[in-house]
Amino acid sequence: MEYWITKIAYYLLTVSIVMVYGLLLSAVIAKTMARVQGRVGIPLYQPFIDIMKNFGNRTAISHGIMFYLGPVFRLAGGLGTLAFIPVIYGSEMFSNFHFAGDILLVMYFIFFGQLGMALGAGEGGHPYSAIGIARGLAQMTSYEVPFALAVIAVVVQYDTASISQIVAAQQGGFMNWTVFTNPFAVAAAMLAFLGMTGYAPFDVVMAPNEIPIGPATEFHSSYLSLMQINRAIFAGAKLVLFMNLFFGGAGNLIELVAKTWAIYMIPVIVGVAFPRFRVEQSVRFFLKIPTLIGVLAIFYVQYIVLK
Amino acid sequence: MKSLINRLTEQFKVSLEKQTKSDLCFIRVNKDDAEQLIRHCRDHESYTHLSFLTAIDRIEDNKFTLTYLLHNYQSHQSLGVHVELDRENPVMHSLHRLWGQMATYQRELKEIYGIEFPGSPRLNDEFFLEGWDQIPPMRKEFSTVEFCEERFPIREGRQSTDAKQTMKVEIYPGRGE
Amino acid sequence: MKNEDNTFANNGLLPEEMDLFCNARPVPYEPYSIEVVEKFFNWMRANSLWIMAFGTGCGAIELNPLMTSRFDANRYGIQVRPTPRQSSVFVIGGYSSVKTLKRIIRSYEQMQGPKFVLALGICTINGGMYWDSYNTIKRLDHYIPVDVYITGCMPRPEALLSGFFELKRKIKAGECDGANRYVKNLDWYKDNQKRVIKKWDMPDYNW
Repeated sequence: MEYWITKIAYYLLTVSIVMVYGLLLSAVIAKTMARVQGRVGIPLYQPFIDIMKNFGNRTAISHGIMFYLGPVFRLAGGLGTLAFIPVIYGSEMFSNFHFAGDILLVMYFIFFGQLGMALGAGEGGHPYSAIGIARGLAQMTSYEVPFALAVIAVVVQYDTASISQIVAAQQGGFMNWTVFTNPFAVAAAMLAFLGMTGYAPFDVVMAPNEIPIGPATEFHSSYLSLMQINRAIFAGAKLVLFMNLFFGGAGNLIELVAKTWAIYMIPVIVGVAFPRFRVEQSVRFFLKIPTLIGVLAIFYVQYIVLK
Repeated sequence: MKSLINRLTEQFKVSLEKQTKSDLCFIRVNKDDAEQLIRHCRDHESYTHLSFLTAIDRIEDNKFTLTYLLHNYQSHQSLGVHVELDRENPVMHSLHRLWGQMATYQRELKEIYGIEFPGSPRLNDEFFLEGWDQIPPMRKEFSTVEFCEERFPIREGRQSTDAKQTMKVEIYPGRGE
Repeated sequence: MKNEDNTFANNGLLPEEMDLFCNARPVPYEPYSIEVVEKFFNWMRANSLWIMAFGTGCGAIELNPLMTSRFDANRYGIQVRPTPRQSSVFVIGGYSSVKTLKRIIRSYEQMQGPKFVLALGICTINGGMYWDSYNTIKRLDHYIPVDVYITGCMPRPEALLSGFFELKRKIKAGECDGANRYVKNLDWYKDNQKRVIKKWDMPDYNW
């Protein structure tokens, strides 16, 4: 019993750290972009103020039970993803609830939030929500293909479905990282990651100038602040997952921040450099080159790495 | 443009009203001949573009004057066709078969002047007024000031000055005129 | 306008639409009873002004330069949201015709309180150059509550920014209770709105 209480306390600590980190990350990116454009930009605490303001709104109307549950499912997706990812390798405090097959559960949780959101946004009744959800699900099913192939390649390579063992197998110098032992898997996964973060060119879900906010159109007040919190946690969880699977994990907090920061900059830089894809372009993109790279990664593991 | 007018007078009962510029002149035609004349100009004289259709309320003559402005893209000349309508019972033949956009102009005129165009598509749909319950607002007997005072309350303390006097006396004293 | 059980009659709707809309009356929301908490939230509200992206007149053109590098309203926590549900500030950009007023009321009622209205330009104060126009309202505060007026035709973006600062000051001082004023005097506002908007084909209160 005491073991679980400590575990849950450590997990809550991890969640708060990842949340603050995720919010600060988005603020720093916004600030950097503002500086590039010659502006002063938002203060770093702006995301926190926005969340608190939405939380403190005096009115909040509802469209029904599923409308309540939409943001809750979304948050559950984010929290669930984080719950089974060991954040720092070798640390009891940040190891979370990892077990032998946790990578499969984490992959499930990544998509769970989107499905819950689909139900909630559908009940909101706004046409933009429905369009955004349809686009999001279509895009999700397509970028899941290269991502799943990359994960399968990694699982075959290290012969384990446990994230902490995958991290353990990559220790001992950076040449042991997956990015160097199996570059094809990492390439496929990073291309899928571009779609996962939803920056341009794959921002078909929130497409500005088209369906401006997308699924969240009807959500407001506390619902919206839940979703903002989830966005930070979810972004942090995905970054940590990618770092664990492909970039050798992190031994301490500083390494964690440095590595996740570097991973996060990839979609950001791609995002500022490319315009938005149309929906069908975006969906087809993942099913072409990234999928082929993913298949190649499995062959590479089977015939070259494992001989 | 002279030759055009001569050609048109041979075939139709038209009269030259005025030539304001070298490339713009206005002719007057009677209501029943208007469709034939405009169709002829479009098909045989290359006046293929309808610039606009508008109406002028001549309350003192008890008349509406419709102005169809046509444009010739080859010679870059414009031809205005004036048609007079009776103000008490303003009905004009619908010309929406000549240009598709004519139906929209006719819808607008129906709403703001109350001119009827029987047969024009969507003629009675609202154009830009919603739920208008007075006489058509562009007719001259409609007093906008009285209507405003009755319908829209104005904040106390508003001052109005004569723009001409203010310019003369306050802004540019001793200059101009 | 009112039924016996204090709900809206929704006379403007077709019979088959009645079930689609809520007919309950809104209730005023009092501030938090603990003063410190209310002050804390007011500070948050003042520093996170989300503008509703609805350009209601010519003045909406002044909002665009506000977001550019030159004026950079983003640094004051001002950003644009494309949906009324998430926005807290409604900038009325100048004159509003009767047709636009209907959309303004719909959007304003869909915003979640506390909500603030910034009236831009002389037209919202007394009609301005449209004082004798047959389809332009003259006093905006007869139809929705206004917190801050910015006069001018057109006001420059600097004037708009100073209007935002005035709004911030009023929010921090707890003087901006437009949403409550609207709810408390709802019958008066609805009366004024219906006197102007003759084609009322929407619910009496757009939840």
